Amino acid sequence: MSTSKTKSHQTSKASGKGFGVKVRALHAFYDDNEAVKGVDVDFPANKITAIIGPSGCGKSTLVRCINRMHEEVPGASAKGQVLLDDLDIYSLGIDPVAVRRTVGMVFQKPNPFPTMSIIDNVTAGPRLAGVKRDELHERAERALCDAGLWNEVKDRLNKNAGGLSGGQQQRLCIARMIALEPEVLLMDEPCSALDPHSTLRIEELIVKLKSRFTVVLVTHNLSQATRIADYTAFMLDGELVEAGPTKRIFATPKNIRTKEYVTGKFG
Amino acid sequence: MNTLAVTSPRRRRVDSLARWALLAGVVLALAPLALVLLYVLKRGVGALSLSFFTTDPTGAFFGDQGGIKSAILGTIEIVALATAIAVPIGVTLAVYLNEIGRKSKLAMTVRYFVDVLTGVPSILFGLFIYIVFVVGGMLTGFAAWKGSAALALLMLPIVTRTSEVSLALVPDSLREAALALGAPRWRVILRVVLPTALPGLLTGGLLAVARASGETAPLLFTVLGAQATTFSLGAQMNSLPLQIFNDVREPNPQLVTRAWGAALTLIVMILLINLAARLAARRNHLR
Repeated sequence: MSTSKTKSHQTSKASGKGFGVKVRALHAFYDDNEAVKGVDVDFPANKITAIIGPSGCGKSTLVRCINRMHEEVPGASAKGQVLLDDLDIYSLGIDPVAVRRTVGMVFQKPNPFPTMSIIDNVTAGPRLAGVKRDELHERAERALCDAGLWNEVKDRLNKNAGGLSGGQQQRLCIARMIALEPEVLLMDEPCSALDPHSTLRIEELIVKLKSRFTVVLVTHNLSQATRIADYTAFMLDGELVEAGPTKRIFATPKNIRTKEYVTGKFG
Repeated sequence: MNTLAVTSPRRRRVDSLARWALLAGVVLALAPLALVLLYVLKRGVGALSLSFFTTDPTGAFFGDQGGIKSAILGTIEIVALATAIAVPIGVTLAVYLNEIGRKSKLAMTVRYFVDVLTGVPSILFGLFIYIVFVVGGMLTGFAAWKGSAALALLMLPIVTRTSEVSLALVPDSLREAALALGAPRWRVILRVVLPTALPGLLTGGLLAVARASGETAPLLFTVLGAQATTFSLGAQMNSLPLQIFNDVREPNPQLVTRAWGAALTLIVMILLINLAARLAARRNHLR
C-alpha cells in the first residue's frame, strides 16, 4: 500500500512541484540522549526554510530525520511523524531507501566519490536507483547545468572528481543529488566549508532551485538565512523555539530567546 | 636581549641529540636488511644464467645439476591458488568486521581469533593440513593444493587485518553520501567502499602473497617436493623455498650456489610483487 503511494508520488514529479514536509511530535535519540525533543514544524513546498540555532541544538539531527539518515548512526532512533506530502515516512512498511530517493541531502563537507569520474559521480544516484543507461547522460547533463557546473566541467567529465575546487565539489554534490530528481532538498550547512565567493554561488543556486524543490537549509550563518530563506525556524536544546517568515523572525521575534539569538547575544 | 628570538643552547643541544638518535635508529633498522640483500646478491649472482631459469633440477649430485624452473613455476602455482582461496575469504571477513559487525560481540570475537591466527607458527598450519589431508582418511598423500591450503590459512589473518584497516580508512562521509542517494547498504559496500579501499586491499593481498611465497615449513609436510615441472595441483610440486632448503644442506658447493641463486630469485620476485602493488595503488589513485 504505502510503497505504491510513494511510487505515485515519484511520477507526480512531472508537475515540477516539490513536496511540503510536516514534522509532528518528532523525538530523536542517540542511545538514551534525546537530541530532538518533540518538534512540530512545517517546511512549505517550493520555499526555502532555514533552521538556525547554536551548535548541538539538534538542527542537523532534525533534518537527518527527514530522509531517515538519522537511523544509520549506530544507536540512533526516532519516533514521531514526518509527513512527506501527507505520507508519514516513519509509518510501517516504508522503505528508507525509497525515502532517500525522494528527499535528497547535501552535507557539510563536499563528499564526491573519489574513485569515480565527474560524470560517474552525477550518475551514481540514478544508477543505484536503476535508471536506464541511455537516459543517464542526459540526466547528468541536466543536473550539471542546474547546478551551474556544466560549463566548468564539460571538457573533463571523465576526469576524477577530486581535481575540482571545494566549491565546485559541493556543486557537484548538489548536481549528484538533483540527478535523482527528488522532491525535497536537505542541506546541512552546505557552505560552512567554503570560501565567500563559492558560498555566494551556492546561495544563488539554492534560490534558483526552489521553484522545483522544497529546500530545508541548516545554517550557522544568520545572514545567510536572511539572504535566501523564506521561512526560518529557530532551535535551542532540541526544541523548536519559534518558526515563521524570515523577516518576522529577525525583525519582530515573539520569543525572548529568539530575539537574543538573532541579535547575537548568544550562540 | 630579545628572548623571543633566541633558542637556548641547551634546547638546541637536546634537539640535535634527538636528531642523531633517530638517524642512528634508522641506520640500525636498515643495516641488516641491506646486509642480507648484499650477501644474497653476492652469493647468488654467480648461479644465474639462462639455463638456470629454463631447466628443471636433475637431482644429480655430480655433473649436470639443472636449474630451478620447476621451483619458480611451483611457487607461482601454489601461491596463486592460496591467494585465490585466502583473498576472497579474507576480504569478505573484513567487510563483515568493518561494515556490519563493527563492535558487536561476534565481531570482537572473530577479530580476537584472527589476531591469534596471526601469531600461530607457520609450521602448525602445515601440520594441520598434514593431519587432515595428508595422513587423514580419504585424501591421503602429498599434493600441491594441500600446500596452497596451508598457505591460505597463513595468509587469511594477514589479508583480513590489512583489509579491515583499509576499509576503516574509507571516510564515513562517503558511506553517508551513498546512503543518502538511496543506495542499499550492500550496494554502498560494493560500489563505493570497496573501490575506494582498493589500493589498500591490493597492498594487503600482495603483502600476504609476499609472506606466503617465502614460507617453507607449511610446504614440507604437504607438497613434499619434486624435480620436474608440473602443472597438476594434485601432484607433488617443487617450490623455491623447498629448493633452497634442500640445496643448501648439500655438501656440494655448486648445489649451495644454486640455493643462493634460488634465494636471489625469490627476493627479486617478491620485490617485483611489491613494486607492482605500489604502481597499481598509485594508478588507481590518479585515475
